[in-house]
Amino acid sequence: MSHMLEINDLSVTFGGLHALKDLNFHVDEGEIVGVIGPNGAGKTTFFNMISGMVTPSSGEILFEGESMIGLDPNQVTQRGISRTFQNVRLFANMTILENVMVAQHCRTKQGVFGSLFNTGAFRKEEQEIREHGEKVLGFFGSRLIGYRLDQPASVLSYANRRRLEIARAMATKPRLLLLDEPVAGMNPKESAELTELIGRLRSEWGFTIVMIEHDMNVVRDVSDRVVCLDHGETLAQGSFEEVSSDPDVIEAYLGRPLEKQS
Amino acid sequence: MRAKGAGRTNIDRFLTLLRVVLLGLILVGVLAFIWQQIDPGNPFAKWTHEGEEARRLSGAQFKGLVVSGLSQGAMYGLIALGYSMVYGVLGFINFAHGEVFMVGAFTGFIMANKFDEAGWWDGAIFIPAVIITVVVCTLVATLTAVITERVAYRPLRGSPRLIPLITSIGVSFFIQNAVILLFGPGAKSYPRNPDWLQDQRTLGIGNFEIVTLKGTQILVILVAAISMFGLWWFVERTKTGKAMRAVAEDKEIASLMGINVNKTIVTTFAVGGAMAGIAGILWGLLFRSVIATTGFLPGIKAFTAAVVGGVGNLGGAMVGGISLGSAESLAPLTLLEPLGISGVTQLKDAVAFVLLILVLLIKPTGLFGERLSSDDRA
Amino acid sequence: MTAIASNPDVTPELEHVKKGAFDFDIKAATKSGHILGLALIFVCLAGMPVGLNDRMLITPVLSLGYLSLLWLPLLLGWLSGNEKVLEGMATTKRGGRDIVRGALIGLIGGLGLSLLIMLLDWFDLRDPLVNWSPQLAELLHFDRSYAFGWFAWPILCATLGALGAGLHVVGPKLRKALVSTLLTVLTFAVFETFIVDIFDFLDDLIYDKQGGLTVISAIIIAAVSFALSLFGGGRAISGARASYRAATGSAKTTQTATLIFVSALALIIIPMVTGKITQELLANIGIFLLLALGLNIVVGLAGILDLGYVAFFAVGGYTTAVLTSPNRGPAWPEWFPTLPWWGALIVTVIVCALVGLFIGAPVIRMRGDYLAIVTLGFGEIIRILFLSDWLGGYFNAAQGITNVPAADFGFAQVKGTDPRSVFYLVLVFAAISIYVSWRLERSRLGRSWMAIREDESVAEAMGINTVNMKLMAFVVGAVLASFSGAIFAAKVGSIFPTSFLILVSVIILVVVIVGGMGNILGVIVGAAVLIGVLGGPKQPGLLAEFSEYKLLIYGALLVVMMLQRPEGLVPNVRRSRELHQDEFLQDAWLKGEVDTDDDDPGVVGDGPEGALA
Repeated sequence: MSHMLEINDLSVTFGGLHALKDLNFHVDEGEIVGVIGPNGAGKTTFFNMISGMVTPSSGEILFEGESMIGLDPNQVTQRGISRTFQNVRLFANMTILENVMVAQHCRTKQGVFGSLFNTGAFRKEEQEIREHGEKVLGFFGSRLIGYRLDQPASVLSYANRRRLEIARAMATKPRLLLLDEPVAGMNPKESAELTELIGRLRSEWGFTIVMIEHDMNVVRDVSDRVVCLDHGETLAQGSFEEVSSDPDVIEAYLGRPLEKQS
Repeated sequence: MRAKGAGRTNIDRFLTLLRVVLLGLILVGVLAFIWQQIDPGNPFAKWTHEGEEARRLSGAQFKGLVVSGLSQGAMYGLIALGYSMVYGVLGFINFAHGEVFMVGAFTGFIMANKFDEAGWWDGAIFIPAVIITVVVCTLVATLTAVITERVAYRPLRGSPRLIPLITSIGVSFFIQNAVILLFGPGAKSYPRNPDWLQDQRTLGIGNFEIVTLKGTQILVILVAAISMFGLWWFVERTKTGKAMRAVAEDKEIASLMGINVNKTIVTTFAVGGAMAGIAGILWGLLFRSVIATTGFLPGIKAFTAAVVGGVGNLGGAMVGGISLGSAESLAPLTLLEPLGISGVTQLKDAVAFVLLILVLLIKPTGLFGERLSSDDRA
Repeated sequence: MTAIASNPDVTPELEHVKKGAFDFDIKAATKSGHILGLALIFVCLAGMPVGLNDRMLITPVLSLGYLSLLWLPLLLGWLSGNEKVLEGMATTKRGGRDIVRGALIGLIGGLGLSLLIMLLDWFDLRDPLVNWSPQLAELLHFDRSYAFGWFAWPILCATLGALGAGLHVVGPKLRKALVSTLLTVLTFAVFETFIVDIFDFLDDLIYDKQGGLTVISAIIIAAVSFALSLFGGGRAISGARASYRAATGSAKTTQTATLIFVSALALIIIPMVTGKITQELLANIGIFLLLALGLNIVVGLAGILDLGYVAFFAVGGYTTAVLTSPNRGPAWPEWFPTLPWWGALIVTVIVCALVGLFIGAPVIRMRGDYLAIVTLGFGEIIRILFLSDWLGGYFNAAQGITNVPAADFGFAQVKGTDPRSVFYLVLVFAAISIYVSWRLERSRLGRSWMAIREDESVAEAMGINTVNMKLMAFVVGAVLASFSGAIFAAKVGSIFPTSFLILVSVIILVVVIVGGMGNILGVIVGAAVLIGVLGGPKQPGLLAEFSEYKLLIYGALLVVMMLQRPEGLVPNVRRSRELHQDEFLQDAWLKGEVDTDDDDPGVVGDGPEGALA
């Protein structure tokens, strides 16, 4: 069976530093894969590779059988991969609704002609965009809808910003969703709620999810499979229990205990 | 700019075509030139010249073009240093820098004429007179640069990069028109240079003549070289220069290291302004005419030179300037004319812009690569 | 200092700190005084007082020349009293110290002029400084003795500085009344020609035969305006404005529609009742308004700084000229058609769009400031090509293309000698351009431009093909400029390369920025105010006396706007937010509008139905 996302021997160097070294990775449809690893392991670089923002030096990225190397980020999104950012990067001065509307750009096609002549097709598409946007926002409860729709995104609290970030990625109608530290900075209650939501993203919306996270509770609760990266290489793969008890993984996070240094 | 191996779109194909066409034209033009030097009556030459033979460019003419290109380029280089430094440190194009150059040239005009009235612009006393003039021009230009930084740019520190650029356009406009209002709109002439400076001199080794050039051209090249060396020494060897380089790399970290960032930025503007002021008086001595709009085109061309050499890179700015000056001087007759274009000297100014576009299409970081702070890199 | 920062609803009542009459920062005041002095000397040496002296404002008391000096101490006095109001900090009680400070600043500034008077008497610096003249000296002496001038200026400036600062001391109501009185009198005085053009009965009534208001009429106008302002005239207007802002939904749509209808009606009727000068002025405003609307899409919506925008204007003008005039260059082949204007327009639009693509493709991926310079370069290249002898066979080089016929629509002819017709044609195209801007902003395209402006790499990650979208903006801008070029050709009847200097791009940029980037109404206001009052690159505005100083004022205006109010006079709410992020957030936080984390999520579901009932 072919994987939905297949990454073979992916490498990238930044001026002599190997950020990723012959990385192998795959995701099957419907999976939720957690990516963990200490800081500087190359996790976000990994996401940047997949989403097309950085070009690899060598290796292959196959999404649904087709190569993604050399594509522009917008082409990657169009093929069906969408992502969030580690440091929330919303369109702060656009309204909350506009953030999720503009994310549907690559799924819509009305251009100058439609806009200028306010054609039926244009109005219909605008309506659909709006409805889909509200639907996506509604996934997070009442927080991002109602009177909030027309407020600029900059007024949102931190947790709501993270939620909007995810909503925006959802709005691009992807098949694969890359979440970069979705619960970073959230309190335990919010993290628990979001963990449940991530599960529902898969069960109700059908997304396949790859998630970078540091919060092990979240990783344990929602991942089918866990991959640990360190220094640009895969350190361990498997279920959460397997990976979290792997001695190499523990050493990567905590360092080697003194007795072993003989 | 586009990452390597990025997707092929129509625009990419168009741009590749454009690059090929431009480079091809340059190649064809240069080859045609060489051919018509060898054989003015060759068929291609006849075709581009409507049946007539091409006119050969004599060795003396060619050398003359090279020399004027060098001296003009040296001045472009001096001005380019200011653009490069300010871009390297603050990350924006100081549009008003060309006017600083013009202010230098104008100051020179005023002083030269005053000296001339007193009879000091000739003979032996010319030397101290011109030295005083250069010093004053440099000071006035530096002052102009520093004032503009304080008034128009410092309040905008931290704004998105286009805001100070637009402000600098306003400053440029203001200075130009202030000069017109204060001193009148006409062109101003410098007094005649003393003969021993103006005359043609022939440089050679023994009996072998290499090149003939005007004394003023020698002066320009010499002064530019000395200034460049002085600047290099200042930036590489002094503490202030080191501070400038640090601030250019990363303003925040530099201030954490105890460097007074404000003062360093002012110094950057001052030094850049001084270079432009020197270029101004040199321009005045060479062309002996200045008008309020004298700064506009050389300003833009100097920025082009900075880009060609690699923005933020001082040696690059100088090399860029000389390359641009030479290209501008030689291209009309060695490239455009053999292609059959008439009235080529009118198109001289366009050469600079086409060169800018060419460099940005082919190697946008310039000949020697950019030296910018991490937040300014695209 | 924006209106957002000091919100009276939120600032709690605090004790005003009382300070003594001399308890202010003397060093800062002295510095301001020196700056005032330098400014006054600069204005004198730039020739404004002498040059504008012939224009009387209030005969025989005040001329425009003197006003050009007198406004400075007044302004600086006022500015010196501007204190930054910090939320939660006590402000100083207004009083004597403000007035003393203002007077001090004025005094020092005035002494600068005294210095100038002395220097004028002792030296002759006419050689470099062309305005160093006996006329200037006479003007500074008020045509009296040397000593009079020497003493008069410091006293006069000190008084004005005190008055300017004093505006802070009187209550806001009185201040508003004083300011509007001053502005009203000045408007009547300065815009005499325009007012007389519309209401010619006023000429004998309030204006003196030698030009300018009579003293009596000035006093009357001042009194009337003061009374009106103080006793409630303004309330009706502000009441109407408040009700307009508060209206929502269908009420707002009807109100907006009514406003637009009334303005359109006014625009159609005014040219019919005014004289030729006003019509010419309106026509000029219109042509530059079209250019500004196009640049607004490129700069304001998509965030691309195109300094070579004049290139599209040039291509538009030349294409139209070449297609309509019999006097085009000799190199055009025999079979090359001569079209009527509207036929030429269609070709012009297509050609401009192609040129936009051609120029846009290489530049669109460049960094913002490089893009600015490269487009500037393209603008120059195109002008040089049109001017060159090499292409002179096609475009007649410096001679230009003359004999461009009027635009013939059958029922009407649009030509330069009938500026009213030009204005109506411009009105039609302005309406088209406004409609285009308005619709595009609210479309998928407009949203993508907004996102690109916000964060280009994230916009790309969200699926937007940033290159194509920016190129689209570029081409739309080019097309709108071509409209203006075509009309310009018909209006002037000829096309010369000197009409297409970079100057034009810069002036259009100033109009867009001063008016309000990204905001259609702002651009209209900007064009009307700047081109109307100061004039275009080569066209005089209402204040024709200022033509010499016009470009200086444009430059100064651009700098001042960028420093103080980059969002423009009529700001786009969104853009205002972008440029004053910190203040906006602070204000929102104080008003309690900012989201906090402990709100009830309600029912977490997958649709709006599960939300607030």
